Amino acid sequence: MQATIVQAVNEALHGAMERDDRVVVFGEDVAESGGVFRATDELLEEFGSDRVVDTPLSEIAIVGGATGMAMYGYRPVVEIQFSGFLPPAFDQLVTNTSRIRWRTRGELTAPMVVRMPYGAGVRALEHHSESLEGAYAHIPGLKVAVPSTPADTKGLLTAAIRDPDPVLFMEPKRIYRSIREELPEGDHEVPLGEAAVRREGDAVTVVAWGAMMPPTLEAVDDSGIDAEVIDLRTISPMDTETVVESVKKTGRCVVVHEGPRTLGVGSELIARINDEALMYLEAPIERVTGFDTQVPLLSMEDFYLPHPPRILDGIERALTA
Amino acid sequence: MSDRESDRRVPSAVGDGGVGLLTQADLSVPTHQIVDPDGSYDPEAVPDLSAEELCDLYRWMVTDRVFSRRMVNIQRRGELGTFGSTRGQEASIIGSAFTLEPQDWLYVGRAWTPMFMRGASMTDMIHFWRGIETAQQSFAKQNSQIAISIGSHIPLVAGLAWGMQLDDADAVATAYIGDGATSTGAAHEGINLAGALSLPALFFCQNNQYAISLNVEEQTGAKTLAQKALAYGIDAIRVDGQDVLAVYDAVQTARERVKDGNPVFVESVTYRLDAHTTSDDPTRYRDEEEVQEWEAKDPIERYRSFLQSEGLWSRIDHDSIVDDIETEFDEALATADELEERRVRELFAHVYDELPSELSRQLEAFEALLEERPEMDDYIEQRPKG
Repeated sequence: MQATIVQAVNEALHGAMERDDRVVVFGEDVAESGGVFRATDELLEEFGSDRVVDTPLSEIAIVGGATGMAMYGYRPVVEIQFSGFLPPAFDQLVTNTSRIRWRTRGELTAPMVVRMPYGAGVRALEHHSESLEGAYAHIPGLKVAVPSTPADTKGLLTAAIRDPDPVLFMEPKRIYRSIREELPEGDHEVPLGEAAVRREGDAVTVVAWGAMMPPTLEAVDDSGIDAEVIDLRTISPMDTETVVESVKKTGRCVVVHEGPRTLGVGSELIARINDEALMYLEAPIERVTGFDTQVPLLSMEDFYLPHPPRILDGIERALTA
Repeated sequence: MSDRESDRRVPSAVGDGGVGLLTQADLSVPTHQIVDPDGSYDPEAVPDLSAEELCDLYRWMVTDRVFSRRMVNIQRRGELGTFGSTRGQEASIIGSAFTLEPQDWLYVGRAWTPMFMRGASMTDMIHFWRGIETAQQSFAKQNSQIAISIGSHIPLVAGLAWGMQLDDADAVATAYIGDGATSTGAAHEGINLAGALSLPALFFCQNNQYAISLNVEEQTGAKTLAQKALAYGIDAIRVDGQDVLAVYDAVQTARERVKDGNPVFVESVTYRLDAHTTSDDPTRYRDEEEVQEWEAKDPIERYRSFLQSEGLWSRIDHDSIVDDIETEFDEALATADELEERRVRELFAHVYDELPSELSRQLEAFEALLEERPEMDDYIEQRPKG
């Protein structure tokens, strides 16, 4: 079946709910309306109002409630309508969700998924465009996954719902409907914590994820540069091995992300490459990222978001240094 | 539960336009009481408890008081990091917890003896205050946890109750909160969710008058905390928290309703006689006179006079109860003191189900360093006594 990323989310949710009675979906506008992006479409009709529930406008209660429900033995998969609305519930993620296993030495756990569309480029107003995966990946005990293709979306979300630990699942809404591909049938799982090499090459390693993958691949394809392109897929835990192995081969690296540069995921990637492959480097590692500014409103967001020429510039700098 | 006539009352007109305001004055919130401070009571109002249960209530209240006293004492001699005494709140804590069943969930703030009532040991509680993780592990085995971040557990309790609702479980999830917690956003969202989804959640609020230094009157413009529940469409009971029978009666009534999917908020009006924790100095923010007023409302004394009136006092050997608790505490402390040496590996063991490779690297590197540089031991104090 051909599907977009948002349809893949829907497919993964249908599959997970079919296979496991403990999976419960809730959030704002997810039941009757099927979600503002229709990610939860038809779940209510298929699985009923006990397992698919519209909640009040309460992010703290959605994330905290899911945590309590998970402690009780269910597998809640909740939606935060836009990632810009997660911050009220940041407290729950930091104070409770990520610490239940640790706090009780494994006696209780919080296997749950918080899904949310993230990122800029959809001509939205304020608070609809952030890309704060770096901040969330800084929370011990939480996993953070960011798919970039429909097949991976289905596979990673399926794995996230089965995971014994809480997972923040950040969906690249900018490309929710722009890519369509054949979805693997049935129970398709992509393990968390494994990056994917999207394009093999010897000249330079380019690491990106989520909504930055299409412009990164476009920059490489159009340039004819023999770049190796890695889709990180999971921010936490991070697949350092795949990146380091590639950098050992190419000796050069560019990290592309749309979140702010300072203390971004790129900083950590560079530190890890330095730890394990410094002597292989032939040039400083380049970063093509969002600025350390607020994500602009829609009229200026194209200044902010890395696009193919900016990414290409970064690659060329890495190649010529 | 209310004696108001709100359904028929026309809001009083204010201003020239005759706009009616709904105000707190339209609401009368009674406080449930069974035993008067002077010891008198209506025998008809006494909850249906056996003589043994009535004596148990006394024993647990004394346990709570002795435990607090001993904990404060060992803290003062440097054998505990800190401790939050519950002196003055015994009726509130014991009367409420006495209603709970093992299958219920109990998520507390400032209520320690309920953990003992559910099977945890005093050693566990000493461990908790010494910052040793086995405590919460042990409480978890009894469907219980202690919340440190005030109010943060309220949405969790709503979620636990939601799980019970899905399971059609014969159980309730209970959040013990304080007056300060009612000002948090988590309380608002958690209680609202319980009301919206008719969750079997019981919110037991010990209004002990202080959130560390802030008096409840400065905490909120609300005249009572109980009335806050009505805004979420759930029922409330305000009860005299120095009257253990009234608290038991209120929470028992609440629990029956909660079980059927009607969340209830109970405000138990009590007083924290001791400091917030041993690190706090209450003389900075409250008068001795006020403390003396509440000392006079001692919940254990009031209950003793009830037991005397009922002819049950002769069944109780107070000194021997205290001796037993002291012995239990001595033994618990000795056990707690036997803590095995900690290893850094424990810190990493429960971050995730499976240790990610980066965490393995960090652990192995640190273990190797510990081996390589034994002088580091001088900088790592294990603090077995908190």
